[in-house]
Amino acid sequence: MALLQTSKTRAEPYDAIVVGSGAAGGIAAYVLAKAGAKVLMLEAGRNYDPAKETPMFQSNADAPLRNAGTPQKPRGYFDATIGGWVVKGEPYLVQNRKSGEWMEGAVADRMNTVQNFMWWRARMLGGRTNHWGRVSLRMGPLDFKPRSTDGLGFDWPISYEDVAPYYDKVEQIVGIFGSKENLENNPDSDYFLPPPKPRAYELLLARGAKKMGWPAIPARMAILTKPFNGRSQCLYATSCARGCSVRANFQSTTVLLPPALDTGNLDILPNAMASRVTFDGRGRADGIIYIDKTTGEEKRANGKAVILAASACETARILLNTRPANFPNGLGNSSGHLGRWLTDSTGSDLSGQIPALENMPLHNEDGVSTMHLYIPWTPDRQKIASKLGVPRGFYMEWSGGREMPGLNPPLEFVGDAYGSKLKREARRYFGSFVNILARGEMIPNEQSYCEIDPERKDRWGIPILRFHFQRGEAELKQAAYMQQAFAEIIEASGGRVIGEPIRDGAKAITAGGSVNHEMGVTRMSSRAEDGVTNSYGQLWDCPNVVVADGGVFVSSPFKTPTLTIMALAWRACEHLLDVSKKGELG
Amino acid sequence: MIIIPLSRREALARMIAAAALAGSLDLEVFAAGEPQGFGDDPNLLEKEIPWPRALSEGERRTTTALADVILPADELGPAASTVGVTDFIDEWVSAPYPQQQREGKIIREGLAWIETAAMKHFGKSFAAADVTEQSKLLDEIIDRQSGARVMNFSDCFAIGLPALTLRRRKVGRRSVTLETFPWRSFPGPHRKRSVTLDWPDSPSF
Repeated sequence: MALLQTSKTRAEPYDAIVVGSGAAGGIAAYVLAKAGAKVLMLEAGRNYDPAKETPMFQSNADAPLRNAGTPQKPRGYFDATIGGWVVKGEPYLVQNRKSGEWMEGAVADRMNTVQNFMWWRARMLGGRTNHWGRVSLRMGPLDFKPRSTDGLGFDWPISYEDVAPYYDKVEQIVGIFGSKENLENNPDSDYFLPPPKPRAYELLLARGAKKMGWPAIPARMAILTKPFNGRSQCLYATSCARGCSVRANFQSTTVLLPPALDTGNLDILPNAMASRVTFDGRGRADGIIYIDKTTGEEKRANGKAVILAASACETARILLNTRPANFPNGLGNSSGHLGRWLTDSTGSDLSGQIPALENMPLHNEDGVSTMHLYIPWTPDRQKIASKLGVPRGFYMEWSGGREMPGLNPPLEFVGDAYGSKLKREARRYFGSFVNILARGEMIPNEQSYCEIDPERKDRWGIPILRFHFQRGEAELKQAAYMQQAFAEIIEASGGRVIGEPIRDGAKAITAGGSVNHEMGVTRMSSRAEDGVTNSYGQLWDCPNVVVADGGVFVSSPFKTPTLTIMALAWRACEHLLDVSKKGELG
Repeated sequence: MIIIPLSRREALARMIAAAALAGSLDLEVFAAGEPQGFGDDPNLLEKEIPWPRALSEGERRTTTALADVILPADELGPAASTVGVTDFIDEWVSAPYPQQQREGKIIREGLAWIETAAMKHFGKSFAAADVTEQSKLLDEIIDRQSGARVMNFSDCFAIGLPALTLRRRKVGRRSVTLETFPWRSFPGPHRKRSVTLDWPDSPSF
């Protein structure tokens, strides 16, 4: 078994059809195939091979327009994404924040858009894991019980102790650097690889941050600082967002799918766009209808279980478009929760210039390409923030230093200089700029959800999603607090803020969806009436359909979702295997 | 990644727009045809620029001369034009994407104005003027903005620095940056600084 070149599947009926090949689908395929189950993976994009396709040592100059973002490659030519804010022929609808009119989601700047929501999709094997940020933070005990803690949002039907063993399993495959810090609600891992040394600007910022009561610790990133499970360590030279041909960071394509394929139990069918779930005569799911994108034909794949790992909103779309007679509002929607409680991590950022970093001696600051340090959020910090009316937290990361200059040098610092003076000034300032960025928690609200548009279909004939999205007061206050923290830290580090910190949270916060952390639309619950799935991702409506992606999240902690998605997917698949063996799937 | 309020494109556009406004112009319209671009799934290992270049020979000469006044050859490195800045500007203004089309129009208007101004002031093209004359023209334009910083030639640094760094192997690895140089481990900050930082194992730098 292997990569299938045609839509003729080979081992039907499969034990499981896995829809999606990213973090969740990769784990599902890995866990199920390793356990001996025959698995068919459907991927809506093309096959993608990081070993052959990653531009590792290419300079920006080796890209058209020096790797600038364009409508066709919004995060730059080298970004490991096929797709992005727009996928040709596969639109989604959003609302114009000012007029309320529906419009197609377009390429947009997350800090300056009229769209109420932005939806990043990758149409390629490995999905968004090819370019993701690699931030790998465990959720803490309090993150599973937010309502019990402060009365806001909702509690998960599971606790940290339920998930911790699966974090352990995932971390032993993914490979994450970090350090044991024993910070409350920020669980450590027993499997951390050693963190890289901080860069000069990181040390300065960390010193400033500490003065202001924001201690920085080594970041926790899915990047190898030691050889790991036969994978090479980081070369400290290339950008993770391009992917990694030597498998030094985590991508589903390099870490999960190869060993899953090696079992001989996994078939992968690219260019297969899942449309809806099919049923046998007894109300059990028995497969998936998909579109073979190479021919445009509708096909069917048969399986004893269906694992939906298509990304939260795409999974919700498949379920909403599955409308057998007994589920006229969509499969999994008996409770009315399908598509609701949509969240995305909050975000904001601020830049500064630090005179102490001017005229630094020449040295390399590439490192692992992401931050080496970050600032977590602790319950102690929450106490301070709560007094300011900010109920939920965020982590801070940063960038800066002597990395390859992009197309946006901060030119106002060099005045009207040209000629040799300009060159001297450029050298003086190069490497003295920093940017601090935060990612925070959003509390789910009634106004944020996705639904099927009653009229529009994509080029494959599949009804499309439209998004309602609104940040709550808590998020706006949080974003303003982020800005205040950024400014404090930059100034305490001896730097000056470029521009002004934004005091209006509505202007400081990222557009919904733009952080690419969609969660909650198929949330899990302890009672069938409160959610879409049980705590193992099984639909309350149909237990042999399992949601393995971020849709099952009940809250959206600042920890960012990928690591937890993988842990929950592992737990869900292990449970599926367990109940299958016991014959409890009906 | 560094995010700053004024983008390179905005800065460049402002400069050229201001230059254009400083004189009278009779401009050709920049026609870009149907946007084709490199598509949403190009071969990332090959630099193929599918769009034809728009700048005329005359515009390229003006661009080259302008780039070399802004970033001349000196002890810090070569002149902008010798490391590909002219080609890069041509690639940029010719691209079929909305942003580049918008900026390309402004840039070409600016090039036309500079050429006209050179003819008026010196009776020869900007490229044929000597550095003193070229600088005089640039200074005059800066002065005419009354310090409002609408016109800022240093913004063109954005054109030059990337091109300089991109050829760093030719001008020496230590010229500007050490990027894409593989390491066995990350070495941390440079040690030749007197600031001591309170981080375990952190060197003075």
